[in-house]
Amino acid sequence: RAMELPPGHFPAARAAAVAVEYLRYLRGGPGSGLRLRELQRARRQDIDDVGHKYYLELELEDVLDKDRTVSCTAEVLYHLGSKTSAPDVQLTVQGELRSTEAADKEFYNRIRSLEKELVAENIPDSHGNVPPELEPIHLLAWVASGYVIWQNSTENTKFHLAQVKHVKQVKRNDEDLQFDFVLLLHEMVSQEVLPWEVTLLWHPQRGARVTQS
Amino acid sequence: LQLDFWLAPRRLGLPVDIRVPFRSLQAVKAHLEASGVSYSIMIEDVQALLDEEQTEMLRSSRQRSVDTTTFNYEAYHTIDEIYNFMDMLVAENPNLVSKLEIGRSTENRPLYVLKFSTGGTNRPAIWIDTGIHSREWVTQASGVWFAKKIVQDHANNEGVASILETMDIFLEIVTNPDGFAYTHTTNRMWRKTRSRHAGAICVGVDPNRNWDAGFGDAGASGNSCSETYHGPYPNSEPEVKSIVDFVKSHGNIKAFVSIHSYSQLLLYPYGYTETPAPDEQELHELSAKAVAALSSLYGTKFKYGSIITTIYRASGSTVDWTYNQGIKYSFTFELRDTGRYGFLLPANQIVPTAQETWLALKVIMEHARDNSY
Repeated sequence: RAMELPPGHFPAARAAAVAVEYLRYLRGGPGSGLRLRELQRARRQDIDDVGHKYYLELELEDVLDKDRTVSCTAEVLYHLGSKTSAPDVQLTVQGELRSTEAADKEFYNRIRSLEKELVAENIPDSHGNVPPELEPIHLLAWVASGYVIWQNSTENTKFHLAQVKHVKQVKRNDEDLQFDFVLLLHEMVSQEVLPWEVTLLWHPQRGARVTQS
Repeated sequence: LQLDFWLAPRRLGLPVDIRVPFRSLQAVKAHLEASGVSYSIMIEDVQALLDEEQTEMLRSSRQRSVDTTTFNYEAYHTIDEIYNFMDMLVAENPNLVSKLEIGRSTENRPLYVLKFSTGGTNRPAIWIDTGIHSREWVTQASGVWFAKKIVQDHANNEGVASILETMDIFLEIVTNPDGFAYTHTTNRMWRKTRSRHAGAICVGVDPNRNWDAGFGDAGASGNSCSETYHGPYPNSEPEVKSIVDFVKSHGNIKAFVSIHSYSQLLLYPYGYTETPAPDEQELHELSAKAVAALSSLYGTKFKYGSIITTIYRASGSTVDWTYNQGIKYSFTFELRDTGRYGFLLPANQIVPTAQETWLALKVIMEHARDNSY
Protein backbone atom coordinates (compact mmCIF):
# COMPACT_ATOMS: atom_id res chain seq x y z
CA ARG A 1 0.00 0.00 0.00
CA ALA A 2 3.03 2.30 0.02
CA MET A 3 3.56 4.08 -3.30
CA GLU A 4 7.06 4.40 -4.74
CA LEU A 5 8.06 8.07 -5.21
CA PRO A 6 10.66 9.47 -7.62
CA PRO A 7 13.50 10.77 -5.40
CA GLY A 8 13.92 13.71 -7.77
CA HIS A 9 10.40 14.99 -7.12
CA PHE A 10 9.72 17.45 -4.37
CA PRO A 11 7.45 15.49 -2.01
CA ALA A 12 10.21 12.99 -1.22
CA ALA A 13 12.81 15.75 -1.01
CA ARG A 14 10.75 17.68 1.54
CA ALA A 15 10.24 14.63 3.75
CA ALA A 16 13.94 13.81 3.57
CA ALA A 17 14.80 17.36 4.66
CA VAL A 18 12.58 16.98 7.73
CA ALA A 19 14.30 13.72 8.67
CA VAL A 20 17.74 15.32 8.38
CA GLU A 21 16.75 18.38 10.41
CA TYR A 22 15.34 16.14 13.15
CA LEU A 23 18.57 14.13 13.19
CA ARG A 24 20.62 17.34 13.40
CA TYR A 25 18.68 18.29 16.51
CA LEU A 26 19.16 14.85 18.07
CA ARG A 27 22.78 14.26 17.17
CA GLY A 28 24.31 17.57 16.12
CA GLY A 29 26.85 19.58 18.06
CA PRO A 30 29.61 22.14 17.67
CA GLY A 31 31.90 19.58 16.06
CA SER A 32 29.62 17.92 13.54
CA GLY A 33 27.38 19.01 10.69
CA LEU A 34 25.11 16.32 9.31
CA ARG A 35 24.07 16.71 5.71
CA LEU A 36 22.03 14.71 3.23
CA ARG A 37 24.30 13.33 0.54
CA GLU A 38 21.65 11.43 -1.35
CA LEU A 39 18.02 10.42 -1.10
CA GLN A 40 18.14 6.89 -2.45
CA ARG A 41 14.59 5.73 -2.16
CA ALA A 42 11.22 7.07 -1.07
CA ARG A 43 7.77 5.61 -0.62
CA ARG A 44 4.57 7.15 0.62
CA GLN A 45 1.57 5.69 2.36
CA ASP A 46 -1.68 7.58 2.82
CA ILE A 47 -3.24 6.44 6.11
CA ASP A 48 -6.93 7.22 6.45
CA ASP A 49 -7.77 9.60 9.31
CA VAL A 50 -4.10 9.80 10.28
CA GLY A 51 -1.98 11.42 7.60
CA HIS A 52 0.77 10.76 5.07
CA LYS A 53 3.73 8.60 5.97
CA TYR A 54 6.98 8.65 4.04
CA TYR A 55 9.50 5.81 4.10
CA LEU A 56 12.97 7.02 3.17
CA GLU A 57 16.42 5.60 2.55
CA LEU A 58 19.08 8.26 2.98
CA GLU A 59 22.82 8.54 2.68
CA LEU A 60 24.26 11.07 5.11
CA GLU A 61 27.65 12.68 5.63
CA ASP A 62 29.34 15.04 8.06
CA VAL A 63 30.32 18.28 6.30
CA LEU A 64 33.55 18.21 8.29
CA ASP A 65 34.44 14.67 7.19
CA LYS A 66 33.20 14.08 3.68
CA ASP A 67 35.03 10.80 3.12
CA ARG A 68 32.65 8.96 5.35
CA THR A 69 28.96 8.34 4.89
CA VAL A 70 26.31 6.54 6.88
CA SER A 71 23.01 5.10 5.78
CA CYS A 72 19.79 6.01 7.44
CA THR A 73 16.25 4.75 7.13
CA ALA A 74 13.58 7.19 8.21
CA GLU A 75 9.83 7.34 8.57
CA VAL A 76 8.22 10.74 8.48
CA LEU A 77 4.53 11.01 9.34
CA TYR A 78 2.80 14.26 8.55
CA HIS A 79 -0.41 14.39 10.56
CA LEU A 80 -3.72 15.26 8.92
CA GLY A 81 -4.70 18.87 9.45
CA SER A 82 -1.07 19.40 10.26
CA LYS A 83 -1.28 22.98 11.44
CA THR A 84 -0.71 22.18 15.07
CA SER A 85 1.56 19.24 15.37
CA ALA A 86 5.07 18.50 14.26
CA PRO A 87 5.67 15.51 11.96
CA ASP A 88 6.60 12.29 13.75
CA VAL A 89 10.06 11.16 12.74
CA GLN A 90 11.62 7.79 13.43
CA LEU A 91 15.12 7.05 12.25
CA THR A 92 17.70 4.32 12.29
CA VAL A 93 21.28 5.21 11.49
CA GLN A 94 23.55 2.42 10.30
CA GLY A 95 27.22 2.94 10.91
CA GLU A 96 29.23 5.49 12.81
CA LEU A 97 30.30 8.96 11.90
CA ARG A 98 33.54 10.25 13.34
CA SER A 99 33.66 10.94 17.04
CA THR A 100 33.51 14.58 18.04
CA GLU A 101 34.31 14.02 21.70
CA ALA A 102 37.64 15.85 21.66
CA ALA A 103 36.35 18.76 19.59
CA ASP A 104 33.26 19.05 21.78
CA LYS A 105 35.37 19.13 24.92
CA GLU A 106 37.71 21.78 23.53
CA PHE A 107 34.80 23.95 22.48
CA TYR A 108 33.07 23.51 25.84
CA ASN A 109 36.21 24.50 27.76
CA ARG A 110 36.91 27.43 25.48
CA ILE A 111 33.43 28.90 25.87
CA ARG A 112 33.28 28.24 29.62
CA SER A 113 36.55 30.09 30.08
CA LEU A 114 35.52 33.20 28.17
CA GLU A 115 35.51 36.26 30.39
CA LYS A 116 32.99 38.13 28.35
CA GLU A 117 29.95 36.30 27.01
CA LEU A 118 30.28 35.50 23.32
CA VAL A 119 28.26 37.71 20.97
CA ALA A 120 28.31 37.46 17.19
CA GLU A 121 26.20 38.32 14.21
CA ASN A 122 25.71 37.48 10.56
CA ILE A 123 27.08 33.98 10.36
CA PRO A 124 27.87 33.52 7.50
CA ASP A 125 28.38 37.12 6.42
CA SER A 126 27.11 38.47 3.10
CA HIS A 127 30.03 36.91 1.26
CA GLY A 128 29.58 33.47 2.81
CA ASN A 129 32.49 33.82 5.24
CA VAL A 130 32.45 32.10 8.62
CA PRO A 131 35.49 32.86 10.81
CA PRO A 132 36.97 29.51 11.89
CA GLU A 133 36.42 30.18 15.59
CA LEU A 134 32.71 30.72 14.90
CA GLU A 135 32.22 27.54 12.88
CA PRO A 136 31.18 25.57 16.01
CA ILE A 137 28.58 28.25 16.76
CA HIS A 138 27.33 27.91 13.18
CA LEU A 139 27.00 24.16 13.69
CA LEU A 140 25.15 24.65 16.98
CA ALA A 141 22.80 26.99 15.11
CA TRP A 142 22.09 24.03 12.82
CA VAL A 143 21.07 22.07 15.90
CA ALA A 144 18.74 24.85 17.02
CA SER A 145 17.30 25.33 13.53
CA GLY A 146 16.95 21.55 13.24
CA TYR A 147 14.49 21.66 16.11
CA VAL A 148 12.55 24.65 14.77
CA ILE A 149 12.38 23.22 11.27
CA TRP A 150 11.24 19.81 12.45
CA GLN A 151 8.55 21.37 14.61
CA ASN A 152 7.23 23.61 11.85
CA SER A 153 7.42 21.46 8.74
CA THR A 154 4.48 20.36 6.63
CA GLU A 155 4.25 18.68 3.23
CA ASN A 156 4.06 22.19 1.79
CA THR A 157 7.26 23.55 3.26
CA LYS A 158 11.02 23.09 2.90
CA PHE A 159 13.13 25.04 5.34
CA HIS A 160 16.85 25.75 5.48
CA LEU A 161 18.88 27.85 7.90
CA ALA A 162 19.74 30.94 5.84
CA GLN A 163 21.86 32.82 8.38
CA VAL A 164 22.53 33.27 12.06
CA LYS A 165 21.47 36.88 12.44
CA HIS A 166 22.57 37.17 16.05
CA VAL A 167 23.88 34.90 18.78
CA LYS A 168 24.50 35.71 22.41
CA GLN A 169 25.96 33.36 24.97
CA VAL A 170 24.25 33.47 28.36
CA LYS A 171 26.38 32.25 31.26
CA ARG A 172 24.66 29.79 33.55
CA ASN A 173 25.17 28.51 37.05
CA ASP A 174 24.79 24.88 35.95
CA GLU A 175 27.03 23.02 33.53
CA ASP A 176 25.16 23.72 30.31
CA LEU A 177 26.17 26.27 27.73
CA GLN A 178 23.31 28.55 26.70
CA PHE A 179 23.06 30.39 23.39
CA ASP A 180 20.25 32.74 22.49
CA PHE A 181 19.93 32.77 18.72
CA VAL A 182 18.10 34.91 16.24
CA LEU A 183 18.02 32.68 13.17
CA LEU A 184 16.87 33.48 9.65
CA LEU A 185 15.08 30.51 8.13
CA HIS A 186 14.49 30.34 4.39
CA GLU A 187 11.28 28.58 3.39
CA MET A 188 11.60 27.35 -0.18
CA VAL A 189 7.94 27.14 -1.28
CA SER A 190 6.89 30.60 -0.14
CA GLN A 191 10.47 31.90 -0.54
CA GLU A 192 10.07 33.77 2.72
CA VAL A 193 13.05 34.41 4.99
CA LEU A 194 11.70 34.33 8.53
CA PRO A 195 13.42 35.42 11.74
CA TRP A 196 13.16 33.03 14.62
CA GLU A 197 14.35 33.39 18.23
CA VAL A 198 15.63 30.16 19.75
CA THR A 199 17.37 29.39 23.02
CA LEU A 200 19.66 26.37 22.89
CA LEU A 201 21.27 24.56 25.81
CA TRP A 202 24.20 22.26 25.10
CA HIS A 203 26.46 19.99 27.09
CA PRO A 204 29.20 17.72 25.68
CA GLN A 205 27.76 14.55 27.21
CA ARG A 206 24.09 15.43 27.48
CA GLY A 207 23.74 16.98 24.06
CA ALA A 208 21.37 19.75 23.03
CA ARG A 209 17.93 20.88 23.90
CA VAL A 210 15.83 23.82 22.83
CA THR A 211 14.15 25.56 25.72
CA GLN A 212 12.40 28.31 23.88
CA SER A 213 11.50 29.08 20.31
CA LEU B 1 60.60 28.53 24.69
CA GLN B 2 59.79 31.88 23.04
CA LEU B 3 56.25 31.95 24.42
CA ASP B 4 54.13 34.92 23.34
CA PHE B 5 51.41 35.74 25.89
CA TRP B 6 48.28 37.13 24.21
CA LEU B 7 46.47 37.20 27.54
CA ALA B 8 49.05 37.52 30.24
CA PRO B 9 48.86 35.89 33.67
CA ARG B 10 47.12 38.26 36.09
CA ARG B 11 45.96 36.29 39.09
CA LEU B 12 44.87 32.84 40.14
CA GLY B 13 41.67 31.60 38.52
CA LEU B 14 41.96 33.70 35.37
CA PRO B 15 42.80 32.15 32.00
CA VAL B 16 46.02 32.78 30.13
CA ASP B 17 46.36 32.74 26.33
CA ILE B 18 49.71 31.77 24.86
CA ARG B 19 50.97 31.61 21.30
CA VAL B 20 53.41 28.70 21.26
CA PRO B 21 55.98 28.29 18.48
CA PHE B 22 55.77 24.89 16.86
CA ARG B 23 59.11 23.63 18.18
CA SER B 24 58.07 24.39 21.78
CA LEU B 25 54.69 22.69 21.57
CA GLN B 26 55.69 19.34 23.01
CA ALA B 27 57.55 20.89 25.91
CA VAL B 28 54.69 23.23 26.82
CA LYS B 29 52.05 20.50 26.61
CA ALA B 30 54.15 18.16 28.71
CA HIS B 31 54.68 20.83 31.33
CA LEU B 32 51.01 21.75 31.57
CA GLU B 33 49.90 18.14 31.77
CA ALA B 34 52.47 17.29 34.39
CA SER B 35 51.33 20.27 36.44
CA GLY B 36 47.65 19.37 36.07
CA VAL B 37 46.86 22.61 34.25
CA SER B 38 43.97 22.19 31.79
CA TYR B 39 44.24 23.84 28.40
CA SER B 40 42.43 24.03 25.11
CA ILE B 41 43.54 25.00 21.64
CA MET B 42 41.98 28.25 20.41
CA ILE B 43 43.82 28.49 17.12
CA GLU B 44 45.56 25.47 15.61
CA ASP B 45 47.78 27.37 13.21
CA VAL B 46 48.24 31.11 13.57
CA GLN B 47 50.32 31.34 10.41
CA ALA B 48 47.51 29.81 8.35
CA LEU B 49 45.08 32.41 9.68
CA LEU B 50 47.47 35.21 8.88
CA ASP B 51 48.05 33.89 5.37
CA GLU B 52 44.32 33.69 4.85
CA GLU B 53 43.84 37.21 6.09
CA GLN B 54 46.54 38.51 3.77
CA THR B 55 44.95 36.88 0.76
CA GLU B 56 41.56 38.20 1.81
CA MET B 57 42.91 41.71 2.18
CA LEU B 58 44.59 41.67 -1.20
CA ARG B 59 41.45 40.34 -2.77
CA SER B 60 39.04 42.70 -1.18
CA SER B 61 41.04 45.86 -1.59
CA ARG B 62 38.46 47.91 -3.32
CA GLN B 63 40.76 49.25 -5.99
CA ARG B 64 38.98 49.20 -9.30
CA SER B 65 40.73 46.71 -11.55
CA VAL B 66 41.98 48.26 -14.78
CA ASP B 67 41.19 45.38 -17.08
CA THR B 68 39.31 42.12 -17.20
CA THR B 69 42.55 40.18 -16.67
CA THR B 70 43.18 41.59 -13.20
CA PHE B 71 39.47 41.61 -12.29
CA ASN B 72 38.86 39.36 -9.32
CA TYR B 73 36.43 36.61 -10.40
CA GLU B 74 36.72 34.96 -6.98
CA ALA B 75 34.92 37.72 -5.13
CA TYR B 76 31.46 39.19 -5.01
CA HIS B 77 31.17 42.64 -6.58
CA THR B 78 28.93 45.67 -6.37
CA ILE B 79 26.73 46.80 -9.22
CA ASP B 80 29.18 49.59 -10.13
CA GLU B 81 32.03 47.12 -10.29
CA ILE B 82 30.05 44.79 -12.55
CA TYR B 83 28.93 47.61 -14.85
CA ASN B 84 32.53 48.76 -15.02
CA PHE B 85 33.63 45.22 -15.86
CA MET B 86 31.17 45.17 -18.76
CA ASP B 87 32.58 48.39 -20.17
CA MET B 88 36.12 47.07 -19.90
CA LEU B 89 35.15 43.82 -21.63
CA VAL B 90 33.58 45.71 -24.51
CA ALA B 91 36.56 48.07 -24.78
CA GLU B 92 38.97 45.14 -24.88
CA ASN B 93 36.96 43.17 -27.44
CA PRO B 94 35.10 45.64 -29.66
CA ASN B 95 34.78 43.20 -32.52
CA LEU B 96 33.07 40.55 -30.46
CA VAL B 97 31.23 42.21 -27.57
CA SER B 98 28.76 45.07 -27.47
CA LYS B 99 26.57 46.40 -24.67
CA LEU B 100 22.87 46.97 -25.27
CA GLU B 101 20.55 48.91 -22.98
CA ILE B 102 17.20 47.16 -23.18
CA GLY B 103 15.39 49.34 -20.69
CA ARG B 104 15.49 50.94 -17.25
CA SER B 105 14.56 49.53 -13.87
CA THR B 106 11.95 51.06 -11.54
CA GLU B 107 14.68 53.14 -9.88
CA ASN B 108 15.97 54.12 -13.31
CA ARG B 109 19.04 51.92 -13.40
CA PRO B 110 20.04 50.86 -16.91
CA LEU B 111 19.31 47.25 -17.86
CA TYR B 112 22.34 46.08 -19.81
CA VAL B 113 22.70 43.03 -22.02
CA LEU B 114 26.04 41.97 -23.48
CA LYS B 115 25.88 40.76 -27.06
CA PHE B 116 28.56 38.36 -28.28
CA SER B 117 28.56 38.13 -32.06
CA THR B 118 31.02 37.42 -34.85
CA GLY B 119 28.78 39.02 -37.43
CA GLY B 120 25.76 38.22 -39.56
CA THR B 121 22.35 39.80 -39.24
CA ASN B 122 19.93 38.66 -36.56
CA ARG B 123 21.54 35.23 -36.26
CA PRO B 124 19.79 32.55 -34.22
CA ALA B 125 20.66 33.34 -30.66
CA ILE B 126 21.06 32.06 -27.13
CA TRP B 127 19.90 34.10 -24.15
CA ILE B 128 21.32 33.74 -20.65
CA ASP B 129 20.26 35.82 -17.65
CA THR B 130 21.59 35.86 -14.11
CA GLY B 131 20.55 37.77 -11.02
CA ILE B 132 16.82 38.06 -11.67
CA HIS B 133 16.45 37.30 -7.96
CA SER B 134 18.87 39.70 -6.38
CA ARG B 135 19.89 37.69 -3.29
CA GLU B 136 21.18 34.83 -5.45
CA TRP B 137 24.64 36.36 -5.59
CA VAL B 138 26.49 33.38 -7.06
CA THR B 139 24.46 33.87 -10.25
CA GLN B 140 25.53 37.43 -11.06
CA ALA B 141 29.09 36.44 -10.15
CA SER B 142 28.85 33.46 -12.50
CA GLY B 143 27.46 35.71 -15.23
CA VAL B 144 30.59 37.86 -15.01
CA TRP B 145 32.73 34.74 -15.33
CA PHE B 146 30.68 33.49 -18.31
CA ALA B 147 31.24 36.80 -20.11
CA LYS B 148 34.99 36.52 -19.74
CA LYS B 149 34.90 32.84 -20.69
CA ILE B 150 33.10 33.53 -23.95
CA VAL B 151 35.75 36.08 -24.88
CA GLN B 152 38.57 33.72 -23.95
CA ASP B 153 37.10 30.79 -25.89
CA HIS B 154 36.75 32.99 -28.94
CA ALA B 155 40.33 34.24 -28.65
CA ASN B 156 41.64 30.70 -28.32
CA ASN B 157 39.33 29.27 -30.95
CA GLU B 158 37.98 26.62 -28.62
CA GLY B 159 34.88 25.89 -26.57
CA VAL B 160 32.02 28.16 -27.69
CA ALA B 161 34.06 29.64 -30.57
CA SER B 162 32.34 27.20 -32.92
CA ILE B 163 28.91 28.19 -31.62
CA LEU B 164 29.74 31.85 -32.26
CA GLU B 165 30.36 31.06 -35.91
CA THR B 166 26.66 30.67 -36.50
CA MET B 167 24.89 31.99 -33.40
CA ASP B 168 24.90 35.04 -31.16
CA ILE B 169 24.92 34.95 -27.36
CA PHE B 170 23.05 37.50 -25.25
CA LEU B 171 23.94 37.71 -21.56
CA GLU B 172 22.12 39.86 -19.01
CA ILE B 173 24.23 39.72 -15.85
CA VAL B 174 22.37 42.05 -13.48
CA THR B 175 18.79 41.36 -14.43
CA ASN B 176 17.39 42.98 -11.29
CA PRO B 177 19.74 45.90 -10.51
CA ASP B 178 17.48 47.66 -7.99
CA GLY B 179 17.16 44.50 -5.94
CA PHE B 180 20.88 43.85 -6.26
CA ALA B 181 21.79 47.32 -5.01
CA TYR B 182 19.39 46.77 -2.11
CA THR B 183 21.12 43.52 -1.14
CA HIS B 184 24.36 45.47 -0.84
CA THR B 185 23.06 48.49 1.04
CA THR B 186 20.18 47.27 3.16
CA ASN B 187 18.96 43.69 3.08
CA ARG B 188 21.12 40.85 1.84
CA MET B 189 18.03 38.61 1.61
CA TRP B 190 16.04 40.80 -0.79
CA ARG B 191 14.61 38.81 -3.72
CA LYS B 192 12.12 40.93 -5.62
CA THR B 193 12.21 44.13 -7.63
CA ARG B 194 11.80 47.44 -5.80
CA SER B 195 8.61 48.66 -7.41
CA ARG B 196 5.77 50.37 -5.57
CA HIS B 197 2.38 49.82 -7.13
CA ALA B 198 -0.81 51.69 -6.35
CA GLY B 199 -2.66 50.00 -3.52
CA ALA B 200 0.24 47.74 -2.62
CA ILE B 201 1.27 47.87 1.04
CA CYS B 202 4.70 46.40 0.44
CA VAL B 203 7.51 47.00 -2.03
CA GLY B 204 8.55 44.75 -4.84
CA VAL B 205 7.27 42.11 -7.23
CA ASP B 206 8.72 38.65 -7.78
CA PRO B 207 10.15 38.98 -11.30
CA ASN B 208 9.85 35.23 -11.73
CA ARG B 209 6.06 35.30 -11.26
CA ASN B 210 5.39 38.36 -13.41
CA TRP B 211 5.48 36.75 -16.86
CA ASP B 212 2.42 36.12 -18.98
CA ALA B 213 2.20 32.35 -18.59
CA GLY B 214 -0.47 31.18 -16.18
CA PHE B 215 -0.19 34.65 -14.64
CA GLY B 216 -1.94 34.87 -11.28
CA ASP B 217 -2.73 31.15 -11.12
CA ALA B 218 -1.83 29.00 -8.13
CA GLY B 219 1.90 29.16 -7.57
CA ALA B 220 2.19 32.89 -7.00
CA SER B 221 0.77 35.29 -4.44
CA GLY B 222 -1.58 38.25 -4.83
CA ASN B 223 -0.24 39.76 -1.63
CA SER B 224 2.32 42.48 -2.24
CA CYS B 225 4.12 41.60 0.99
CA SER B 226 4.82 38.08 -0.24
CA GLU B 227 8.13 37.01 -1.76
CA THR B 228 6.19 35.45 -4.64
CA TYR B 229 3.92 38.44 -5.34
CA HIS B 230 3.07 38.27 -9.04
CA GLY B 231 2.43 42.00 -9.38
CA PRO B 232 -0.71 43.83 -10.52
CA TYR B 233 -0.58 42.49 -14.10
CA PRO B 234 1.83 40.60 -16.38
CA ASN B 235 5.00 42.49 -17.32
CA SER B 236 4.22 45.21 -14.78
CA GLU B 237 7.92 45.15 -13.92
CA PRO B 238 10.20 47.02 -16.35
CA GLU B 239 12.88 44.40 -15.67
CA VAL B 240 10.53 41.79 -17.13
CA LYS B 241 8.92 43.92 -19.83
CA SER B 242 12.28 44.89 -21.29
CA ILE B 243 13.18 41.24 -21.82
CA VAL B 244 9.75 40.45 -23.27
CA ASP B 245 10.12 43.32 -25.74
CA PHE B 246 13.65 42.26 -26.61
CA VAL B 247 12.73 38.63 -27.20
CA LYS B 248 9.71 39.52 -29.33
CA SER B 249 11.53 42.05 -31.47
CA HIS B 250 14.57 39.82 -31.93
CA GLY B 251 12.39 36.96 -33.04
CA ASN B 252 15.21 34.47 -33.49
CA ILE B 253 16.15 33.26 -30.02
CA LYS B 254 16.53 29.48 -29.97
CA ALA B 255 17.57 28.78 -26.39
CA PHE B 256 16.70 30.74 -23.24
CA VAL B 257 18.36 30.02 -19.91
CA SER B 258 17.46 31.82 -16.69
CA ILE B 259 19.83 31.26 -13.80
CA HIS B 260 18.95 31.13 -10.11
CA SER B 261 20.33 29.70 -6.90
CA TYR B 262 20.18 27.57 -4.76
CA SER B 263 19.17 23.87 -4.86
CA GLN B 264 21.29 22.30 -7.63
CA LEU B 265 18.51 21.68 -10.13
CA LEU B 266 18.07 21.93 -13.89
CA LEU B 267 14.43 22.65 -14.68
CA TYR B 268 12.30 22.91 -17.80
CA PRO B 269 8.65 23.98 -18.30
CA TYR B 270 6.05 23.93 -16.99
CA GLY B 271 5.66 25.39 -13.54
CA TYR B 272 2.08 26.61 -13.86
CA THR B 273 0.47 23.40 -15.05
CA GLU B 274 0.89 19.67 -14.65
CA THR B 275 0.32 19.18 -18.37
CA PRO B 276 3.67 18.02 -19.71
CA ALA B 277 5.39 20.29 -22.20
CA PRO B 278 5.06 18.86 -25.72
CA ASP B 279 8.85 18.60 -25.98
CA GLU B 280 9.25 17.11 -22.52
CA GLN B 281 11.06 14.00 -23.67
CA GLU B 282 13.68 15.92 -25.60
CA LEU B 283 14.11 18.45 -22.80
CA HIS B 284 14.42 15.67 -20.24
CA GLU B 285 17.11 13.88 -22.26
CA LEU B 286 18.96 17.11 -22.90
CA SER B 287 18.82 17.89 -19.18
CA ALA B 288 20.35 14.51 -18.40
CA LYS B 289 23.26 15.25 -20.72
CA ALA B 290 23.75 18.76 -19.39
CA VAL B 291 23.72 17.59 -15.78
CA ALA B 292 26.19 14.80 -16.55
CA ALA B 293 28.55 17.35 -18.08
CA LEU B 294 28.20 19.63 -15.07
CA SER B 295 28.86 16.80 -12.68
CA SER B 296 31.95 15.65 -14.55
CA LEU B 297 34.01 18.56 -13.28
CA TYR B 298 33.71 18.49 -9.49
CA GLY B 299 31.13 15.77 -8.87
CA THR B 300 28.39 18.29 -8.03
CA LYS B 301 25.07 16.48 -8.14
CA PHE B 302 22.07 18.08 -9.82
CA LYS B 303 18.53 16.79 -10.08
CA TYR B 304 16.43 17.66 -13.13
CA GLY B 305 12.86 17.65 -14.34
CA SER B 306 9.93 19.93 -14.93
CA ILE B 307 9.48 22.84 -12.53
CA ILE B 308 6.15 21.62 -11.18
CA THR B 309 7.30 18.09 -10.36
CA THR B 310 10.80 18.90 -9.18
CA ILE B 311 10.52 22.00 -7.05
CA TYR B 312 6.98 23.40 -6.72
CA ARG B 313 4.09 24.87 -8.65
CA ALA B 314 5.03 28.34 -9.89
CA SER B 315 2.92 30.50 -12.17
CA GLY B 316 4.05 33.41 -14.32
CA SER B 317 7.61 32.15 -14.50
CA THR B 318 10.14 33.20 -17.10
CA VAL B 319 10.76 30.00 -18.98
CA ASP B 320 7.10 29.03 -19.15
CA TRP B 321 6.55 32.25 -21.08
CA THR B 322 9.59 31.84 -23.32
CA TYR B 323 8.65 28.24 -24.07
CA ASN B 324 5.12 29.27 -25.01
CA GLN B 325 6.67 31.85 -27.34
CA GLY B 326 8.20 28.96 -29.22
CA ILE B 327 11.66 28.97 -27.67
CA LYS B 328 11.92 25.22 -27.32
CA TYR B 329 15.14 25.07 -25.28
CA SER B 330 13.94 27.01 -22.25
CA PHE B 331 15.66 26.09 -19.00
CA THR B 332 16.03 27.35 -15.45
CA PHE B 333 19.09 26.48 -13.41
CA GLU B 334 19.28 26.50 -9.62
CA LEU B 335 23.01 26.59 -8.84
CA ARG B 336 24.98 25.62 -5.69
CA ASP B 337 24.46 24.70 -2.98
CA THR B 338 21.74 22.53 -1.42
CA GLY B 339 21.31 24.56 1.75
CA ARG B 340 24.53 24.48 3.73
CA TYR B 341 25.22 28.11 2.83
CA GLY B 342 22.22 28.71 0.57
CA PHE B 343 22.18 32.28 -0.70
CA LEU B 344 25.36 33.06 1.25
CA LEU B 345 27.62 30.83 -0.84
CA PRO B 346 31.29 31.45 0.04
CA ALA B 347 33.11 33.46 -2.60
CA ASN B 348 35.67 30.71 -3.09
CA GLN B 349 32.90 28.64 -4.69
CA ILE B 350 32.07 31.23 -7.36
CA VAL B 351 34.57 30.05 -9.95
CA PRO B 352 33.99 26.29 -9.48
CA THR B 353 30.24 26.93 -9.71
CA ALA B 354 30.63 28.99 -12.87
CA GLN B 355 32.99 26.46 -14.43
CA GLU B 356 30.72 23.47 -13.90
CA THR B 357 27.60 25.37 -14.93
CA TRP B 358 29.32 26.48 -18.11
CA LEU B 359 29.78 22.85 -19.14
CA ALA B 360 26.02 22.31 -18.86
CA LEU B 361 25.31 25.52 -20.76
CA LYS B 362 27.60 24.39 -23.57
CA VAL B 363 25.65 21.15 -23.92
CA ILE B 364 22.43 23.13 -24.26
CA MET B 365 23.96 25.65 -26.69
CA GLU B 366 25.48 22.94 -28.85
CA HIS B 367 22.18 21.08 -28.96
CA ALA B 368 20.38 24.26 -30.00
CA ARG B 369 22.95 24.84 -32.72
CA ASP B 370 22.73 21.25 -34.01
CA ASN B 371 18.95 21.02 -33.86
CA SER B 372 17.72 24.10 -35.61
CA TYR B 373 13.99 24.65 -35.77
